Amino acid sequence: MSAVTFNEGSLKDIMNKPETVPASAPAEAPAKLRPTPYFETERGRALLESFGNFFRAGVPPVIGIALFILLWQIVSASGGDSGLPGPAKTWEAAKALFADPFYDNGPNDKGIGWNILHSLYRVGAGFGLAALVGIPLGFMIGRFAFLSGMMAPIISLLRPVSPLAWLPIGLYVFKETEPASLWVIFISSIWPIILNTAAGVSRVPQDYLNVARVLNLSEWKIFTRILFPSVLPHLMTGIRLSMGVAWLVIVAAEMLTGGTGLGFWVWDEWNNLNVEHILIAIFIVGIVGLMLEQSLMLIAKRFNYE
Amino acid sequence: MHNYLHIENAKMVFDTKKGKFTALTDINLTVKQGEFIALIGHSGCGKSTLLNLVAGLTTPTDGILLLSEREISGPGPERAVVFQNHSLLPWLTCFGNVYLAVERVFGAREAKAKLKERTQAALELVGLAHAMHKHPGEISGGMKQRVGIARALAMEPKVLLLDEPFGALDALTRAGLQDELMRIVQETHATTLMVTHDVDEAVLLSDRIVMMTNGPAATIGEVLDVDLPRPRDRLKLAENAHYHHLRGQVLEFLYQKHMKKAA
Repeated sequence: MSAVTFNEGSLKDIMNKPETVPASAPAEAPAKLRPTPYFETERGRALLESFGNFFRAGVPPVIGIALFILLWQIVSASGGDSGLPGPAKTWEAAKALFADPFYDNGPNDKGIGWNILHSLYRVGAGFGLAALVGIPLGFMIGRFAFLSGMMAPIISLLRPVSPLAWLPIGLYVFKETEPASLWVIFISSIWPIILNTAAGVSRVPQDYLNVARVLNLSEWKIFTRILFPSVLPHLMTGIRLSMGVAWLVIVAAEMLTGGTGLGFWVWDEWNNLNVEHILIAIFIVGIVGLMLEQSLMLIAKRFNYE
Repeated sequence: MHNYLHIENAKMVFDTKKGKFTALTDINLTVKQGEFIALIGHSGCGKSTLLNLVAGLTTPTDGILLLSEREISGPGPERAVVFQNHSLLPWLTCFGNVYLAVERVFGAREAKAKLKERTQAALELVGLAHAMHKHPGEISGGMKQRVGIARALAMEPKVLLLDEPFGALDALTRAGLQDELMRIVQETHATTLMVTHDVDEAVLLSDRIVMMTNGPAATIGEVLDVDLPRPRDRLKLAENAHYHHLRGQVLEFLYQKHMKKAA
């Protein structure tokens, strides 16, 4: 190793050698020695950038929500005493409501927590049944053209039917409200699962099936190693759509069947003319729906391979 | 070194919406064990169709295909295919992709430890031991293609079928993989059938080049013996007069005798 080491200083010295630089250069050279300002260093810039990203991502939603609350305030104030409750009044009511979410004063007077859980249970049960039936059915429809041809007219006929139209059938067949509301969730959330699963199966890339053919894989191996993983992203889409439908439908179904649940609670509070609680219910339905959607999105991300 | 793969009067007619389309006709070819054959021709000449016939992915309309005196009646792991677009299963790791094949071929006879050993060995052969537990989405195109080759080799096939294996890669990666394939074939003595449209690749790698006429009703036009000594070195070949002579013959076939009319 030679004794010459190139550090930044010596490099600058060479670059600033008098014969290569105009006469004015030496005056500038000392100024370069001062330390670089923090926000011009790599770390400083990264910090600035992350702040920038944070504001770009965070500010618009905050402004949006603020404007929404402002609009709400204006609407409620313009109505006078008989107008909608304002944000502040609703907030106070919500605080009182959530202070004791799990009280139980008999069948028609339960805490908000119980009502949410009842609705979630019904969605879970009805939707779970729909998945149990819909996923295998979707796989079979996707795999066998004959079955697909058989089911196509039935599905196209029944799918556009409004979910609540199924409620009387459920009530008539089951004679009870609880299975009837599960039935409504089941029948309205099964279509997206069937259709997306079937579409996923018919869209398994030919390349993967060729691999299966060259390897002569057994039907079971084809299903577990190729079909199922390949269909999973489509299946997750179906489940997300179904869950969305189920959550939409449950509130309406519970309004009609009564007893417990968010839908029942909304209707009950309407009968009590407690408008704050109706507004709160709307927020709860929105927030729970959002949380369901987001958690399913997280799961779906896990199965996105590319 | 007897006749290993035997194709006799093979003909392939596809039913299309516009009626029957004859892709291949009068294909006669005999491949010796351990031979490396390149199939070359303009796009649409049916060279991939011929490969698929040998793979068993399509059945010929007419004619006979024999592999070590048994008729090819469907796809099977003794004829491993390296697909043009690698066709790895994205939800399995590189190891998992190769293991799936190994398990299928040797799973009935061998213990799990031995199967894992085979998988590992195949990935080491293509120089991918370090990326074994990565998913296909996390590695480059060249590496994916190498996993595809490892998967095919791990099955210890009677015939290795390569369908434009390096077509989607950049020139530098392609050259590296060609060298690697040459080394592997030298080591394993695999009987190989490779579809390509790259003249240099064909001359560099193969023992014989099968040149196909243009479709429809394509057939084998000429067969060229590549009598260059092995091991071959692409840099030394660049100055080899005989190499250029062979290359010239393929080019002449493709661009003078069977120039494809501009589509």
